[in-house]
Amino acid sequence: MNYLWQWVWPPGLWANSDVRTAFFIGTSVAIAGAVVGVFVIIRGQAFSGHALGDVGATGAAGAYLIGVSALWGFLAAGFSSGIAMESLGDRVRERDIATGVVLAFMLGLSALLLYFISTSTGTAGAPIAILFGSLFTVNPAITPEVFALTALAIVIIALIYRPLLFSSVTAEVARVRGVSTRLLGLMFMVALVIAVEESALVVGALLSTALLIGPAASAVQVTRKPTSAIFLAVLIALGQIWLGIILAYDSFLWPPVDRGWPVSFFITSLALLTYLTMRLGTSISRHRRSRRPRTTSTSSLVASDAQGGTLT
Amino acid sequence: MSSGSVLGFLFPPGIFTLAFMQNAWVAGTAVAVVSGIVGFFVVLRGSSFVAHAVPRGSFAGAAGAVLIGQSTLLGLAVFALMSSLGIAVMRRGRENTVATALVLVAALGLGDFFLSIGNVYAPEVFSLLFGQIVGISRQQVFWVLVISLIIVVVVAFAYRPLLAQSVTPETAQVRGLRPRLIDAIFLVLVSAAATATVPVAGALLSFSLMVGPAAAASLLARRPATAMALGVGMAALSLWIALWLSYVTSWPIGFFVSSVCLLAYVLARLSMMRRQGHGKVLGSLEGAPL
Repeated sequence: MNYLWQWVWPPGLWANSDVRTAFFIGTSVAIAGAVVGVFVIIRGQAFSGHALGDVGATGAAGAYLIGVSALWGFLAAGFSSGIAMESLGDRVRERDIATGVVLAFMLGLSALLLYFISTSTGTAGAPIAILFGSLFTVNPAITPEVFALTALAIVIIALIYRPLLFSSVTAEVARVRGVSTRLLGLMFMVALVIAVEESALVVGALLSTALLIGPAASAVQVTRKPTSAIFLAVLIALGQIWLGIILAYDSFLWPPVDRGWPVSFFITSLALLTYLTMRLGTSISRHRRSRRPRTTSTSSLVASDAQGGTLT
Repeated sequence: MSSGSVLGFLFPPGIFTLAFMQNAWVAGTAVAVVSGIVGFFVVLRGSSFVAHAVPRGSFAGAAGAVLIGQSTLLGLAVFALMSSLGIAVMRRGRENTVATALVLVAALGLGDFFLSIGNVYAPEVFSLLFGQIVGISRQQVFWVLVISLIIVVVVAFAYRPLLAQSVTPETAQVRGLRPRLIDAIFLVLVSAAATATVPVAGALLSFSLMVGPAAAASLLARRPATAMALGVGMAALSLWIALWLSYVTSWPIGFFVSSVCLLAYVLARLSMMRRQGHGKVLGSLEGAPL
């Protein structure tokens, strides 16, 4: 029992200032990602979220070159491409290929900037940190900024909660009722960019999807109600990030090298595992239920839209 | 400027004679040809997400292969096939893309793990992610050529069913084509193309070579065969330009590949808009006779 406790709460965990920073920043980022992520799933914007994370790498690399914190680089790139994406409108099929080609170009640009960084420093440390994240090396000085950004994202979601949910589920009806979907889309984009780029800071530009849609997708498997989905997603996200940090801290004693395993690896694996478990669980319980006479649930709000949410 | 210096600029010393450049030209051309061919079906089927996910998923394989000292191509092939298998299995459920994205991210996280455990050097990480022309060995050229040949042969045999199923899935099923089988063939083709392309253009940017030229060609050409040929030609030209620029500047080739592909796509869009402006109605591929 004592052994188990040592594993769950290893000695010296809280005394380590890097770990404390990681806990504070990780907690804040996980909450923003989970809250916004639920709407990303409902609105079927997983591809936008994914693309915004990738694009962030270019900004972070540029920020590194001019000596600014990576967070601002992530945010600058995220906001400019997020607004561009939003103004492209809804011409679905064409937009997909166009987004893809532009996304590829932005990644190419980040290849160039990261190449400059690695040739000037002679190591892959900074590029790897931008692409794959390193929660333990985040500068503690930006903690207040991260808290403020999370608060901003949550305030935006709280302000537009009802109309956003309404327009996400039935855009046409909302438009008829006089909801400005344009403005809503733009405001949601701001919250989305904050959530994605904060995740990119924690788990890296390439892996930000894990914190954005991982917990939300798992939560949506279990509950159909948006409010409970949000709460469940936050719980799952916090569990993931805390467990990820503890495992990464434990892994300093693990083979093959006593350098520790990357915390991003734990977080992404936990995200996938949670999702698969939830999905398996619901499909088993659905299978059981389908033997009984069917009761149609009227509140399959989230479910019907998650179905339409495609990345292509 | 004398003609000598122009030639000297266009053909800087060693661009065709250095061993690694010869490898790069041969492997690059093969890779461009298969990217054009497979990219044609990717665009036609609207499967750009698959083309995006499979090369990325294969990155973990390459990193793992470096870690245990195996051939990078083998690692790429195994993980590319596993990624596309994962996509195929997940697709049956309703939230296919969310699941795919999570699998993709987990695979990348695994790649990160391999990198950090294996103490892989910076240039190696870079060539895996963004492509590097110096890194291609004679042995890799051989295997790239073998894979490319297999892709060409498979497409030659399966061209009609693939095309039919991609354009009009319903009719194809009526005509007795097996959709599952054809989907599987398509995914294997994408995996094979990713395996060949990643060492040259990098895991993050193989996607642009597969989608950019093919998308541009599909805007310009009316008939499927023309579109495929044009896509192959544009992919080859893009790769040659990128290779040349990369040799001259010594910057990563992936940057030039994605820039040239974006340029090709933008030019194709512009020329299509001009043609439409002149009142010509463009025949889309969907109406073309099979």
